[in-house]
Amino acid sequence: MANTTPFTRRGFLGTAGAGVLSGAFANLLAPDAIARDGGILDALHTAPRARRVIHLCMAGGPSHLETFDYKPELARRDGQSMPESLTKGQQVAQLQGQALNCFAPQFPFARYGESGQEICTLFPHIAHHADKLLIVRSMHTDQINHDPAHTMMNTGSGLSGRPSMGAWLTWGLGVETEDLPGYIVLTSVGKGGQSQPIAARQWSSGFLPGKHQGVSLKSQGEAVHYVSSPDSAELAGQRRLVDSIARLNTLENERNPDPEIITRLAQYELAFRMQTSVPELMDLSQESAETLELYGTSGADGTYAANCLLARRLLERGTRFVQLYHRGWDHHGGIHKSMKITSKEVDQATGALLSDLDRRGMLDDTLVIWGGEFGRTPMAQGSGRDHHIKGFSLFMAGGGVRGGTAYGATDELGYAAVQNPVHVHDLHATMLHLLGIDHERLLFRVQGRDYRLTDVSGNIIHDWIA
Amino acid sequence: MNALLFSILPLFGGDEPTVSFDRDVRPILSGMCFECHGPDAKQRQARLRLDTREGMFPERKPTRVITPGDPQESELYLLITESDPEFRMPPEEFRHTLKPSQIDTIRRWIEQGAEYESHWAWPALKRPDVPSVHDSSWVRNPIDCFILARLEEEGVQPSPPASPRALARRLALDITGLPASAEQVAALQRGEIAAAEFSEQLLASPHYGERMAQHWLDLVRYADTVGYHGDQAWTMWPYRDYVIRSFQENQPFDEFTLEQLGGDLIEDASMTEKVAAAYNRLNMVTFEGGSQAKEFLLKYAADRVRNFSTVWLGSTVGCAECHDHKFDPYTMRDFYSLSAYFADIDEKGVFDDFQSRKVPPQMRVASEDQRARMDQAGAHIRALESAIDGDDESLSTAQAAWESTAGVLSKELVEVDWVDDAQGNGGSTEGTWTFVEGAEGAPVHSGSNSLRQEDAGNIQHFFRSAERTLRVQAGDLLFAWVHLDAANPPEELMLQFWVAGSWEHRVFWGADQIPYGGIGTDHEGHRPLGALPETGKWLRLCVDPALVGIPAGTVIGGMAFTQFGGLAHWDEAGVETRSPALALGAGDVDVVGILRKPLAKRSPEDLAALRAHFRSLTPLLEAERAELTKAREALAAMEEGLPQMLATVSVAPRAVRILPRGDWMDDSGEIVSPAAPAFLSQDNPASGARANRHDLGAWATSEENPLASRAFVNRIWKLFFGESLAKDPDDLGNQGARPTHPELLEWLAVEFVESGWDVKHIIRTILDSNTYRQSSHARPDLHDRDPHNELLARQSRWRLDAEFIRDGALQASGLLVKTVGGPSVKPYQPAGHWRELNFPMRTWEPDSGDSLYRRGLYTFWCRSFLHPAMDAFDAPSREESCARRNRSNTPQQALTLLNDPTFVEAARATAALALRASTDDTDRVHHIFQRFLARDARPPELTEALSLLRAEHARLAANPELTTALLSKGASPLPADIHPLDLASWTQVARLVLNLHETITRT
Repeated sequence: MANTTPFTRRGFLGTAGAGVLSGAFANLLAPDAIARDGGILDALHTAPRARRVIHLCMAGGPSHLETFDYKPELARRDGQSMPESLTKGQQVAQLQGQALNCFAPQFPFARYGESGQEICTLFPHIAHHADKLLIVRSMHTDQINHDPAHTMMNTGSGLSGRPSMGAWLTWGLGVETEDLPGYIVLTSVGKGGQSQPIAARQWSSGFLPGKHQGVSLKSQGEAVHYVSSPDSAELAGQRRLVDSIARLNTLENERNPDPEIITRLAQYELAFRMQTSVPELMDLSQESAETLELYGTSGADGTYAANCLLARRLLERGTRFVQLYHRGWDHHGGIHKSMKITSKEVDQATGALLSDLDRRGMLDDTLVIWGGEFGRTPMAQGSGRDHHIKGFSLFMAGGGVRGGTAYGATDELGYAAVQNPVHVHDLHATMLHLLGIDHERLLFRVQGRDYRLTDVSGNIIHDWIA
Repeated sequence: MNALLFSILPLFGGDEPTVSFDRDVRPILSGMCFECHGPDAKQRQARLRLDTREGMFPERKPTRVITPGDPQESELYLLITESDPEFRMPPEEFRHTLKPSQIDTIRRWIEQGAEYESHWAWPALKRPDVPSVHDSSWVRNPIDCFILARLEEEGVQPSPPASPRALARRLALDITGLPASAEQVAALQRGEIAAAEFSEQLLASPHYGERMAQHWLDLVRYADTVGYHGDQAWTMWPYRDYVIRSFQENQPFDEFTLEQLGGDLIEDASMTEKVAAAYNRLNMVTFEGGSQAKEFLLKYAADRVRNFSTVWLGSTVGCAECHDHKFDPYTMRDFYSLSAYFADIDEKGVFDDFQSRKVPPQMRVASEDQRARMDQAGAHIRALESAIDGDDESLSTAQAAWESTAGVLSKELVEVDWVDDAQGNGGSTEGTWTFVEGAEGAPVHSGSNSLRQEDAGNIQHFFRSAERTLRVQAGDLLFAWVHLDAANPPEELMLQFWVAGSWEHRVFWGADQIPYGGIGTDHEGHRPLGALPETGKWLRLCVDPALVGIPAGTVIGGMAFTQFGGLAHWDEAGVETRSPALALGAGDVDVVGILRKPLAKRSPEDLAALRAHFRSLTPLLEAERAELTKAREALAAMEEGLPQMLATVSVAPRAVRILPRGDWMDDSGEIVSPAAPAFLSQDNPASGARANRHDLGAWATSEENPLASRAFVNRIWKLFFGESLAKDPDDLGNQGARPTHPELLEWLAVEFVESGWDVKHIIRTILDSNTYRQSSHARPDLHDRDPHNELLARQSRWRLDAEFIRDGALQASGLLVKTVGGPSVKPYQPAGHWRELNFPMRTWEPDSGDSLYRRGLYTFWCRSFLHPAMDAFDAPSREESCARRNRSNTPQQALTLLNDPTFVEAARATAALALRASTDDTDRVHHIFQRFLARDARPPELTEALSLLRAEHARLAANPELTTALLSKGASPLPADIHPLDLASWTQVARLVLNLHETITRT
């Protein structure tokens, strides 16, 4: 039965650890025993191609028509009505009850790399990696509003309460870091669109144990809630206090054994270590000037660029899943101006991240996913585009995907995915597969039902795999 | 789990344990077969149904699914043991296979006669026999019989009673969520109070209501924000206070149910009942632009069905939104029929004005105290009204004198002020009323002040719906005095008059800039009167009322003074008239007309009107009238100050259709009426009248629905033992865990109903049992045998809920403010926690004073960004119902207790108490232990604490800035009488105890 509760798991850990710990202090704990926590899966289902994931989440919904899906026919029909055969009976968001007219792509595209992948000229740095990119042009989703669509993209359901993909992964695979959380979220805003609100639900552990919840990392103030950056004297005091707590908790465990106490000892140790590991992580002064320039950031200033660099540092330190939000992609109006701003905020650092991972030999086993919760209409909403769920694009790189490839297509107007449509569930299924997990076998039973990231569907897309 | 189950089966014949269909066989079939051979008619394969008696033992039988006694003649058995994988069940593509032990169970069940049993949760309630036990001396009440009978079967001894200290702490935490004080523990230890008496005291305290509310609010997903997208704040806390009060007053659960589901539908519903009915508005809603109203209305409807079914059915009816339930007998029709009960709720699919913070419909809610004060104010107003209106000889005389002169026209035109120095006419006062004093150098024409008005654009002050109105006589001129600043004159002036609810009577001077009435037009609603007057001096603006459509006899109810740009002072406005006595008055009666009638011709109405008019203006009543105005304003302010919460308002119900595959865009499904799930309902509503939420509330606790009681007592058990009897409190269906003690659960469920749904009765029964009072100490003998403590041979231990960890620390420190109820509060929260919110952007501004130290129950509950300390300790987001919180153990918890200013401040305040309590370090350590744990430090603990004290004292002495930093956490003032270094060092000792596992654990 997949439903091994945290209590049970800790029960076993506690049983194993109790003898070792008797009379010992917490700092004698073998860190590997507990903090480097194994996942629920005893063994992977298939040979993994990736060990970790970075999800570059372009919140608000980037237009596929100004990123990765060039539609000359749409340009030709600029200003004309969209064919009713496409739009009749379909959902729209803010265009409800309005005329639906074609709106030409706002920027030229070019072909890049040996593969000749067609990419909007706003993204030269990303395009530089064209031969490493798997561009998917046939995504579709079920939810047309930001909040449920994000929830869908992260949890495989529009309803609240399900675990997000990062939580599934750390639960299934465990973590490879002794002093940082396994699932980290970074957010940044932009200047080119309204900032999408992103609820903590998007990195919730849902019904999975709470320790699999994503930890939101801030670049200003305390990076993690209640993790200060103590100086050495303060740290010495914390050490002394945590040691005293450990001694008394150990005494209590001798008097009245409880595996929960053993776990708590370990968690205080991890908490203590985070007070040095987090400031160390956030200290970008360790990075070379060349690297900072590559990303286009001068330090941990909360920009997307700085977050990309932090993401690489997190992956180096063993974080399993990093999710990085840029919140400025909701371009209902003035898309021409907004795209120029937002693409500039995102392009260089994304390209830099790919280069940096590549030169460090990390791209091979890191799966990079770039995309939004949905796309945008081929129809004009004034000078912008409305939400669109029938067809949109994303790209992936590294982690065993086939680079230099485009997969799927929308119709000639960029409205609906018509060739090899890919649902969010398929993306999840394939992502899990690349990590060595059979999406139908990573299950958690709650309310009498086995739940999984892919709900009751999801097909692995073998064509994506190198 | 299986090992345990088999070990407790009573022996049957030789070595073959008796197989129970409900306990042993159905769970196998449910997990392995129901998906294709269960309740979902659309998915059913081979017309074989295994979730009902009729399906397993069909009357017409081409083949025998089951032949009692003979597995080899039972098709079911043959199929699951088939050697050819192509024909074996379950099929390969199902990806789950039966274990040999499961096949064996099915074989033995058939061999033993294949007796069918219904699923335990669905039959009508029936009181089970209380089992007899050998050791009756252990039994305090029937609960103990059920527990002990099983223990005796197992040959396991119950645990000894908990120590008085442990019991006191347990009772206080379980009943109130607050730890027992050292004094309470001592009283119980010394035998000064019996445990039962102590329980009664706790049950009588308002903190019992708070504790129970915390549990209920999780279930009904109470929160302070709307949930979706921008997650804006709303006002819902009066509902929370209703829940606290209901539990506190031990309202019978059936009434509590009825009020929440249909309180607004009760005839002449009280405010309490209306507040209760706000239950129906607790679901998440959206303000996200571009959302499709129809889709979201259906999301809300589904949300309500899920919540109702979790709370009152302990079931997952939500699964039947897109298909018949796969495991339980809920159909899609059941889902949408339940949804139809809620189709009358007035609401929007997409709320459109997030700035307004309103989620209509809303209602103002007065507490009893507020209601009393408003009633008092109302009585005072009525008294003043009758004083003004009452019979009085001197007033009659004065009226006669007035009548004799009022009708007489004065020889000259006289200015009668309507506005001067104040807006004294009642009604509504709006715009910018900035009075400036002549004494301070402002230009003033009349009285002591004037009104200063300055802006780059359009600016005005006005009043309307005046109580003291102005009536226009023939030949009257309306006027207003104005002073235009010479350096910065306005570009335009406008006067507007409010007549019969309309402002369409305007004149203006100067450039045509003000949009009212239509720029560039010339009509009664927009009459140009030429250039602006001279600047730098007082001038009178005059208007012939006829010019703006105000004939003689008209009553004017308001006036607006508008300018565009520049600086102007406004003063004295009114009417120039020859009948000054009649110019102002109340209402809109034609007083002049009446006065002109001969006395004999005046009707009783005329006389009453004259009398009212006189009394509205006679100087004899000026004081009373002023007081009345004040009293009315005060009452209006009280009403304005009342919380406005979401209201459940019933309107004509929307049509509810069965949505094929749950697709909200598919309107092809049948329209359904409100109805309870068919398999639980005997009564098919053929009576004609549409059932409503009130009916649903009545049905929920009727005999037809045994689930409400079973679900409730099952959850209550969890509050006192850490786990429910059936481990999945939100799923009592086929896939949920079967109760460890089904008869006990049944007995409690019956007891609950027969006691009149008396919640405290059930709790008392639990508290009074020896089962509850056992020690929770680990039992090495049961470590392997009963790792999950399902036998209840001891009490359980668990980490306290988020709220109670906060409450306990604040109580120990003496900082806790025990006020019950009121608006939610904002204690300290890390900066930037809300940075991902938008529409609008907002920051968490922490409260000050008492609000920083309230119980966790009152912390502002933001669904998308829960307070980090609450989140760390597994408080749910309350987006969906939560019947069972996680109990995780994470580094975030350690960080919270170590570094959240709330906990550092609590430690500091505790340290101060210890320092004042004694001068002896040992006593001080004991004092701190007593405050957190109601016990002295044990010798090694004392040694450790003193060692920490010395080390920290030395370290802090060497680093004074660390002392300052440590003591700066929290807003409460530092004690002046304690040396900062002492306070800081002892704060570290208090933090040690605050952080102990034992401190945050219920044992």
